[in-house]
Amino acid sequence: MTPAIEVKQVYKCFGRLQALGGVDLEIRVGEFFALLGPNGAGKTTLINIIAGLTRASRGSVRVMGHDVVMDYRDARRVLGVVPQELVYDPFFTVRETLEIQSGYYGLKNNGAWIDEIIHHLDLADKAHVNMRALSGGMKRRVLVAQALVHKPPVIVLDEPTAGVDVELRQGLWRFVKQLNREGHTIVLTTHYLEEAEALCSRVAMLKKGNIVALDSIRNLVNSVTGCRVRLRLSPDVLPSTLQPLLSSAEEGYYILALEGYFLLEHVMEALRAAGSQVLEMQILQPDLEEVFIKTMAGTEIAKSARIAETTALPT
Amino acid sequence: MTGFLTLLYKELLRFWKVGFQTVFAPMVSTLLYLMIFSHVLEDHVEAYPGVAYTVFLIPGLIMMAMLQNAFANSSSSLIQSKITGNLVFVLLAPLSYQEIFLAYVLASVVRGLAVGLGVYLVTLWFFDVPVTSFLWVFMFALMGSALLAALGIIAGIWAEKFDQLAAFQNFIILPLTFLSGVFYSIHSLPPFWQGLSHLNPFFYVIDGFRYGFFSASDISPYLSLGIVASCFLAVSWLTLQMLKMGYKIRH
Ligand SMILES: Nc1ncnc2c1ncn2[C@@H]1O[C@H](COP(=O)(O)OP(=O)(O)OP(=O)(O)O)[C@@H](O)[C@H]1O
Ligand SMILES: [Mg+2]
Repeated sequence: MTPAIEVKQVYKCFGRLQALGGVDLEIRVGEFFALLGPNGAGKTTLINIIAGLTRASRGSVRVMGHDVVMDYRDARRVLGVVPQELVYDPFFTVRETLEIQSGYYGLKNNGAWIDEIIHHLDLADKAHVNMRALSGGMKRRVLVAQALVHKPPVIVLDEPTAGVDVELRQGLWRFVKQLNREGHTIVLTTHYLEEAEALCSRVAMLKKGNIVALDSIRNLVNSVTGCRVRLRLSPDVLPSTLQPLLSSAEEGYYILALEGYFLLEHVMEALRAAGSQVLEMQILQPDLEEVFIKTMAGTEIAKSARIAETTALPT
Repeated sequence: MTGFLTLLYKELLRFWKVGFQTVFAPMVSTLLYLMIFSHVLEDHVEAYPGVAYTVFLIPGLIMMAMLQNAFANSSSSLIQSKITGNLVFVLLAPLSYQEIFLAYVLASVVRGLAVGLGVYLVTLWFFDVPVTSFLWVFMFALMGSALLAALGIIAGIWAEKFDQLAAFQNFIILPLTFLSGVFYSIHSLPPFWQGLSHLNPFFYVIDGFRYGFFSASDISPYLSLGIVASCFLAVSWLTLQMLKMGYKIRH
């Protein structure tokens, strides 16, 4: 089956800066996919290339089988993009904006669907208000609505929940989940990892223009070996024998990183030997955030080690 | 087709919504020029024998207003969309670069013609301005506006800031219009300046346009139309290349 999005060996350079360094990615039809990465990782650049807003320096991208350069009309017709920047045309009202956007895609009598989107995004009482007079969050909703006017099978949302209140965030995700159930492929970027964890089936993690992790959330989380334990002790001192295991400490809590559950026994023994009493104890489940932090740190360490090697060479 | 028509409609709606600024204000300033120049120069100059200076001036001023407004429309629309970022909505849509070009040019031509027609109708109240050939008048109005609309697209794409656009307008468009014979017949100029004027494409626009009114011109209107059309084709080709490669708009 044709993938919803197929990215092949995509490189992008802005002058001397390499924003993408050979990205390969295949997103299947019907997936709910997250593109994660720190600021400047290249998420927006990749999305812009998929949308045809930016041209890849090398490589190719297809959306539902349509090449985004050669066959741009069909590729753009099946794609809806919510840009990261809060952009709007101050000359028009919400409704006009949506009607014009429909027209660009060749749709004439799209009123019923526009009404439905307006309703779902809670914009009904703002339909005839000028874009300029909307709050930031409302402008964001209109951006989402604009991406949906042509009912695209593939929807890409670049940080749709940045600066959006809790209520809309929930409403938005409910709507997007419904679209996903109806068969739309969803790709999103977000810096809220809980959001990605709750919604998506698969994630790609980008770092400095390269994909450093690509798997289902379950596999990624399972790949984290060992476990973490959170302790509160009396007296509030961590025995020196346990110091090597300490990963972080805050407000009287100590978080220990263990290689496996079998080490719990060793911890308990050390505490007993030191005469510490356990007031509270929690075993923390690994989550996406932990995977993210480890993934980002992991390649960093490997890299700085390499740099250390090379700088050491001349001596 | 619908996509193109929608972009055209959007561009028309854009200037129409602020019509006071985009159509009415330029009409007023053109009429002010007319009043001032005709008051000062009426008795001193006679460009064509038997044609009063004010009447001679009217076609030139109308054309100047059309050229400036056609340029202003496409250039300001594009730079605003670029700077505020809402050009993405056009760039995301399945529109070809030819459709984008045509929509911006046509909307700007409509604005140019609207301003020109408005000024003409108002002057009819005060002066008797003959039109000997509506066809010539229309052809030059169309080609002149289209040429400037395409130049406006180039300026709007090239400029990254409003002051760069203003520089384009003040150092290229404005001198070329002022020196094209709006206020005088170039036969009144010394030979050197006459020769130089022939290098200015706007001169042919105004000279040919005037021919439609008085059946008199410095150059054959056929030649003028040919030159203006060639300029339009050359500028359009350049504009289309810029749009095709996404110069400054698809990074
Ligand atoms: N038009 C441009 N010109 C020059 N450099 C650019 C351009 N667009 C992006 N970059 C650079 O490319 C890199 C990747 O940027 P990108 O916007 O894709 O990051 P991102 O992952 O979306 O980050 P964020 O989470 O902050 O949105 C950055 O270093 C950025 O400075
Ligand atoms: Mg981004």
